Order: sequence, then C-alpha cells, then structure tokens
Amino acid sequence: MSFVQFSNLHKVYNSDAVEVKALDGISVEIEEGAFVGVMGPSGSGKSTMLSILGGLCHPTEGAVVVDGIDLYQLNSEKRADFRREYLGFVFQAFNLIPYLTAEENVMLPLAVKKIHSRQKKEMAHSVLQRVGLGHRAGHLPNQLSGGEQERVAIARALVNEPPLILADEPTGSLDTGTSREIMQLLSVLNKEGQTIVMVTHNDEVRSYFDRTLLLRDGLIAKDVCKREELYARVG
Amino acid sequence: MKLESIAFNNLRRRKSRMAFLVLGLMIGVATVVTLVSLSSALTADIQHKMENYGANILITPRSDNLSLSYGGITLGGVSVDSTEIQQVDLEKIMMIPNNRNIAAVAPKVLGAVEIGQERVMLMGVDIDKEFHLKRWWSIDGLAVTNDRQLVAGYAVAQKLGLQVGNKITVAGEEFQISGVLAKTGSQDDQLLIGSLPMAQQLLNKNGTVSLVEVAALCSECPVTDMVKQIGSVLPGVEVSAIQQVVKTRMHSLEQFRTFSLVIAGVVLLIGALVVFVTMMGAVNERTREIGIFRALGFRRSHVMRLILMESSAVSLLAGLLGFLTGMGATEAILPFMTEQEVKTLWDPALGAGAILLALVVGCIASFYPALQASRLDPTEALRSL
Ligand SMILES: Nc1ncnc2c1ncn2[C@@H]1O[C@H](COP(=O)(O)OP(=O)(O)O)[C@@H](O)[C@H]1O
Ligand SMILES: [Mg+2]
Repeated sequence: MSFVQFSNLHKVYNSDAVEVKALDGISVEIEEGAFVGVMGPSGSGKSTMLSILGGLCHPTEGAVVVDGIDLYQLNSEKRADFRREYLGFVFQAFNLIPYLTAEENVMLPLAVKKIHSRQKKEMAHSVLQRVGLGHRAGHLPNQLSGGEQERVAIARALVNEPPLILADEPTGSLDTGTSREIMQLLSVLNKEGQTIVMVTHNDEVRSYFDRTLLLRDGLIAKDVCKREELYARVG
Repeated sequence: MKLESIAFNNLRRRKSRMAFLVLGLMIGVATVVTLVSLSSALTADIQHKMENYGANILITPRSDNLSLSYGGITLGGVSVDSTEIQQVDLEKIMMIPNNRNIAAVAPKVLGAVEIGQERVMLMGVDIDKEFHLKRWWSIDGLAVTNDRQLVAGYAVAQKLGLQVGNKITVAGEEFQISGVLAKTGSQDDQLLIGSLPMAQQLLNKNGTVSLVEVAALCSECPVTDMVKQIGSVLPGVEVSAIQQVVKTRMHSLEQFRTFSLVIAGVVLLIGALVVFVTMMGAVNERTREIGIFRALGFRRSHVMRLILMESSAVSLLAGLLGFLTGMGATEAILPFMTEQEVKTLWDPALGAGAILLALVVGCIASFYPALQASRLDPTEALRSL
C-alpha cells in the first residue's frame, strides 16, 4: 500500500450561490520518499488538493488515506493531532507568527506536546542549524529576509520530524537565487529520505521533482515521473 | 515553548492592545472596588461610632411636656421637672432574661442650675460607668473622680470661660473643673458633668434619675427583645432603642450601596463590552494566525486555551490594578464623605474578589471570540490575506 492514497477526490465550493468545482475526481498514490511537484495553471485546484491532503479541508467526495489513516474519518481534533504528528507545512506567505522569534516559531508544533522544554529547544536549534539559520534563532520574523523567513518556515515544518512535508508555492515570493537555495535545501532533505509534496507554478524548479502531477480544471492532466521524462528525452 | 509562552509573548510584544484591554477592564473593577470599599468604610465608621456610643437602649420617664433631645436622639417628651425614675428600680434591669447581654447600666440625673447669671444643665453620672462608656469623650484634663469635681462640656466651658483647674460655685457649693470635654457636636457640649450623688443632692432629686443608658455591647444583641423586657420590668417608663437612629443612617447607607452597585454594574458591563469588542477584533485580526496554529496541529481546544490564557492574564493584571486604583480612589474620596478620619480598610477578601471579578468578566467576554476562533476553518483562515 502506498504511503498516500487519494481516491476519487471531489471538492465543490459553494460561494455566493456559485458552485466551483475545484477538484473533479482525483485518484493518485504517492510513495514514501518521493519528491512530488504539483503544477498547473492558477485556479486548477493545486492548493485545494494540498489542503485536503493536509487534513485542513473536507473533500466533497472521496477519501485520503495517509499511512493507513483515513483522514476524513477522524474527528477534527484527531485530525489536528494527525497534522501535528505526520505533517510539516510550508506556505508561500511563510506564515510565521510575527510576535515569536525564529526559534519560537520553529518550536510552535512542539508547543502542545509533552516534551521537556530543554529538549524542545535542542530540537529547534538543530533544525535551525540544518537550514543554516543557527545564528538567527533570536530574531523576530520582521528582522529576517524573505529567504531566511522561508528557511524558518521549513525548519518549523521539519522540527517534528514528520513523515510528510507539504509545501504550497514555497518559492512563490522569493527571487530566483533564493528560490534555488530553497529548492536545494528541500532536495537535500528529500535525498535524506523526506517525502515532500510541493505545489508550484514555477516551471524552473521542475527539475528537482522526481514526479510531477499536472492539474487542469480539477483533474490530473499528466502524471510524469522523472525517469519517464528522461526516457522521453532520450527516446 | 508551551501554550503559555505563546500567550505571554503575544501580550509582551503587542503591548498597546494589551494595555487597552487591561485599561477597559481595570476601570470597571476599580469602580466596583471604590464603591464597595467606600460603603464598607462608611459602615465600619457607623459601627465604630455606635460602639463608641456605648449605649443602645435609653430609659426615660414617660412624659410629654418638653421635648428633650440627647445624643442627637429625640427622646419623646421629657421634662426636667417631670416624674423621675426611681434609682432602686434599676436593679430590676439586671433581672431581664437577656441580662447577660447587658454591658453597663449608666443612670444620670439632669437638672438646670444657676451659675452666676447663666442657667446651665447639670448632669450627674455614675462616674466609673459613664466615663468608661463614653470612650469617644476626649477630655482636656481629667475625668471626675470625686463629688467635688466637675467636667465641663465644650459649649459650657466657652460660655462660662472655664478652664481646667478653675473653681466654680454651683448653688452655693464650690467645685473644681477637673477637665473640659473636647467638642462632641452633641448635647454633651451643653452639660456640666459631675457625680450622681452630688447632683441628686444639688438638684434635690435624691433617689431618682432622669435618664438611664443601657449598653448592650455586642454586635448581634437582641436589642428589640431587651427593650421589651426592660419595659416589662420597669412599667411607667419609656424604653427606646437607639438603634433607630443607626437604622436611619444605615438605611441611607444602604441606598448609597444599592446606587453604587448599579453604577458599578453599568461600568463593569461597559468594561466587559470593551474586552469583548477588543477580543473580537483581536481574534479577527488573528484569523490567519489561528489558521497557522490549526495547520500546525493545534486542536480547537488548544486554540481556546491559548486565547483564554491570554485573557486570564490580562484580567488578572486588570483585577490587581483595578483593586489598587479603587483603593487609591477610596483613600482620596473618603475624607470628603465623613467629618472624622475614617480608615480605608485594605480588605484582602475585596482584593481577591476584585481579581476574581476581573477574571470572570474577562473570560466571559472573551469566551465567544475564543470559540469563534477555534471554530475557524483552517483553510479559510490561511486564505484570508
Ligand atoms: N474557499 C473557497 N471558496 C470558493 N472557491 C474557492 C475556495 N478556494 C478555492 N476556490 C476556487 O477553487 C478553484 C481552485 O482553487 P485553488 O485550489 O486555490 O487553485 P490553485 O491553488 O491551483 O490556484 C479556484 O477556482 C478557486 O477560485
Ligand atoms: Mg494556490
């Protein structure tokens, strides 16, 4: 059984009496250790798919099973527990808490866990080191550059050592150089065995993925593995 | 890093909002504290005066010739020349069922005497009991210790130009002024006070008294019962409870208290509304933040706890500051409300009550916003930018 299974996902938004079909029947499986890119034009349903995978948003139809756990059979509190134990989120807008320092932001997912606070500090320190920000631990988000903030966000996603990292356009608001650094960082993590699902509409970063899902109008238009891509090029 | 540290950092690094919340609640609490402590200080003041007054039952002859007021209390009709109470009857007072509640029986004889050109009221008292009972009497000089001494009331001393140590002649007999009473603002200012036997002899009222004060020095004395009991052992006299006077004063104090409770309630309600609106605003402002918390795996209950933790901290501080401010205000206002110096009571129970009140109001006012916050759909929250 694959690590992540989507089966026949549908999502319909009803806003202002207008029905929007964001997802229109998505079935896909993701293996452990994969680095999956979800691409497609704006409005194609990428974020919706990621939110549903993240247990943040109820699908209208269909199921998501992660590591054998059927997410939407859980109640909302249990799903919060699931997110805490299984997922690390990285958002486009960084979504750091402005009144907490880098270190405190990183420790957020640990805040409701019963671990000794010294150990929490050590964990935070070690991930900050890993993203190259060990020296910025005490800074507030507004004292950090965009790239640094994104690293803090990645460190926060990693601190809990979650099996799955979900990133929604993590490079969306970064310049090309910084984007590349972030992609390299994610790539290194993936090489170390981290499963990552990342949404992007930036074609430049495609080469980092070992699998790309192309969405269009709420459907998977293409599902390309890197190997196939290479074969395709050679052939 | 715990929920507490998130709350703490939020409050610490967003000082102006926190200050606003604290202020809103603090004003409410301070008002309540001020009004409560004012009324309890005033009540204590009255009780204190009452205790000083000593007597709470007055026995006077039944008569309706002249209206005599003593100690600010109109005693109905008492004529100086009316029938007097027989001194021997007073022993009967000690035989009433509630006799153990009687602290002192202080008889006095009253009558007018001529001193030079002036007519002055002479009061003969049981010197031991009277000077003990009237603890608020402040005497310049000494109390009366024998039959040849007199203490002059403030007004009498003024009128006759008496000073401590002076000798005066009353009805042909010479007395020494052993002391002069400081102004009491009561009937006592108009009196010359001497021993009972001396006055009885001088006034030609041997064996009779004009007035008896009975002190029942206990907080919960059944004064009304005692009045009845004394009335039944001493027929033909008027027995009245001074309590009536206190009652009217207590009544106006009660009105003040009701009034202050209403005011305090209104102010507190406004404080609660301020907290509610500010918290509501804060939660809306923090929609995104709460979405992040939820995405990171905070349960709804964690979000609730976080917000309630913050509002408890704010309320606690507001309660403490409100208490201190209220007590400060009481200290400032109290001198204008009583003529004598009345001590503000620093009641720890009031402090605890103030803090509890702030906590309850603060938490109730922020419960709904917290609930709203915890119910937010995390995706919606994250979307709102
Ligand atoms: N909360 C929502 N309410 C209504 N419509 C929504 C909501 N979220 C997304 N949509 C709509 O669903 C479609 C897919 O959105 P989204 O998943 O954000 O696409 P993408 O991330 O690929 O740009 C869009 O048409 C969007 O307008
Ligand atoms: Mg999107």
